[in-house]
Amino acid sequence: MPEHIQSVKTLPRTAESSQKLILVTLAVCAVLFFILDIMLGSVEIPFDEVLKIIFQRKSENTAWLFIIEKIRIPKAVTAVLAGCGLSVSGLQMQTLFRNPLAGPSELGITAGAGLGVAAVMLAGGSSAGIYAISQLGISGSWLIITMASLGSALVLFLILVIAGKIRDNVILLIVGVMIGTITLSVISIWQYFSQPEQLQEYIMWTFGSLGGVTQYHLYALSGVVSFGLLLAFISSKALNAMLLGENYARSMGLSIGRTRLIIMAGTSLLTGSITAFCGPIGFVGIAIPHIARALLGTSNHRILIPGTCLAGTVMMLFCDIIAQLPGTQTVIPINVVTSLFGAPVVIWIIISRNNLRSSFS
Amino acid sequence: MSGGISLLETRNLTIGYRSKKTVRIISENLNLNLWQGQLVCLLGSNGAGKSTLMRTLGGLQAPINGEVYISNQKTAQLKPADLARKLSLVLTERMEAGNLTAREVITLGRTPYTGWLGTLNALDEEKISQAITLADAGKIIDRKMHQLSDGERQKVMLARALAQDTDIILLDEPTAHLDLPSRMEMMHLIHHLARQTQKAILLSTHELDLALQAADKLWLMEKDGRLTTGMPEDLVLNGTFEAAFARPGFFFDKSTGTFIIQSQPGNNSVSLSGEPNLVFWTGRALQREGFGTEGVQEAFCKIAAAEVNGIPVWEITCNNNVSQTTSIEALIKTIRSNVNA
Repeated sequence: MPEHIQSVKTLPRTAESSQKLILVTLAVCAVLFFILDIMLGSVEIPFDEVLKIIFQRKSENTAWLFIIEKIRIPKAVTAVLAGCGLSVSGLQMQTLFRNPLAGPSELGITAGAGLGVAAVMLAGGSSAGIYAISQLGISGSWLIITMASLGSALVLFLILVIAGKIRDNVILLIVGVMIGTITLSVISIWQYFSQPEQLQEYIMWTFGSLGGVTQYHLYALSGVVSFGLLLAFISSKALNAMLLGENYARSMGLSIGRTRLIIMAGTSLLTGSITAFCGPIGFVGIAIPHIARALLGTSNHRILIPGTCLAGTVMMLFCDIIAQLPGTQTVIPINVVTSLFGAPVVIWIIISRNNLRSSFS
Repeated sequence: MSGGISLLETRNLTIGYRSKKTVRIISENLNLNLWQGQLVCLLGSNGAGKSTLMRTLGGLQAPINGEVYISNQKTAQLKPADLARKLSLVLTERMEAGNLTAREVITLGRTPYTGWLGTLNALDEEKISQAITLADAGKIIDRKMHQLSDGERQKVMLARALAQDTDIILLDEPTAHLDLPSRMEMMHLIHHLARQTQKAILLSTHELDLALQAADKLWLMEKDGRLTTGMPEDLVLNGTFEAAFARPGFFFDKSTGTFIIQSQPGNNSVSLSGEPNLVFWTGRALQREGFGTEGVQEAFCKIAAAEVNGIPVWEITCNNNVSQTTSIEALIKTIRSNVNA
């Protein structure tokens, strides 16, 4: 291996500076993609006008002003929040379960959030549909966030209880998939007995969309996601200790119960709130942490959490740009794009860097 | 050895497993002490309960009965962070930190001391570099864990425990996956550490001969849960050591401190004399082949081993036939042919 031959003295400095370089590059990409995401859409708006609206918040064309301010900026911000939130919750779960295949959708956490959403949309009668809720404004958004977070917390709690009894990662993963399936079938039964108009809303929700978040909802969503990210960042020391396994972590003074609780709370809040508004967005949660690890070449969460946030942001903005099919009037569901365009990228990175195995052995 | 300071003490400790309905007791009424500057080796065959005892002492598992005291405080009443400043662990289990550098892993040892962000201060840095020096891990410090051999990884984990800066270190089979030179190195390192740093170190192992050489004290755990303690030499001389590990098929040789595979009782005895080194190894070969070397008067062959010009030569006298060989293999062949004749 060439790493062995390299001079040992110079290795850390180059590794550290290359990590910094990658973080800066990701940040620059994130800003560029953010602007690009706002620029592109079914209505063509000149570049200098876009910049003017972003930085001076005014324009002669009120339609453009409205489109940018009320539609495109909230959507781009939602993409950033979803990218950060889903990938960081995936990262936390991979460390917590010590499993490279863990992720919000893989372990059924997203399905749990879906159950919460279904409870609001389908059981609450026609008055509680998501468009009705958008009329309710901020209080309605709290209802749906709470229910979705509770739903994901419920599933996560079940999986954690089972994880306490079963040490085998593969079995745990299978159990997670099963619980996800059970949750989905509960939702199916619910759908079966629902009114068609409620059903349509719920099905639209399952396609995933970054555009359904209005400005008011955005306040709630960004508050919750920021809090979730803060919890993740606070846990970074504990997450690092958990890399050595629970017994070592405990022997180094970590109270496992509390750590698990904080990580669980953070993960449920992130996944729950994002899924509530954007629908079940697959793939991002499991894949981005691997991309970040491969790019940064470390498992150290103090570097990995910011790296994962940035990589998630870039990926989500990229997918959103693709989803609006620039130059056309059509928009395809974000859920499709993340998988269709993201998965090959992940496969390529994992194969070319071959870092997955070393992180989990 | 007593007269020093007892850093860890158990009072009427009963260890075992508690499940919903049953309590499985492994060992009862243990009154043990770990003294400052002392290396204690915990020996026992597979399934004797070494790991359970380690886990209980380390606070990973609750005792069935009795208490573990560290500096006169019950460990059960200590907060996890406080316990972590008094006692550190090195375990056999594999960890999934392949993508961390050795330095990052060692830095984790400072977890009980750092703030919520894990930022290191000058003292932390000093303790880390001390730990690296003590564990002799300086050369591998910037490598990733997945690039290290098992022995090097174990060194890193030891350095991490040292960085944790505790009076007591428990090591659960630290030499389990290592090859012989690494095992020797590890044991030597740990023995040296106990003296140099005045820590109390408890180490569980299967390496009987290494433990006999390195330990200040042995804890012998037997299948029935009895635990005998003492200086290694005392336990050898009073037969406890042999009793704990005796199995049909081999016996403990007090003169060499090793277990020897017992072949079919030798009907044929040979006499053996000459250069001590040659006699020792020739004796071992003969023993394995089923020839006794002690009942000299009934000897049907006489062997004289000597070094001629630096080359070992064996002179064999069987039934008045004298022959010479230069290897033990040829010697055994000659004696065999005489037996068959």
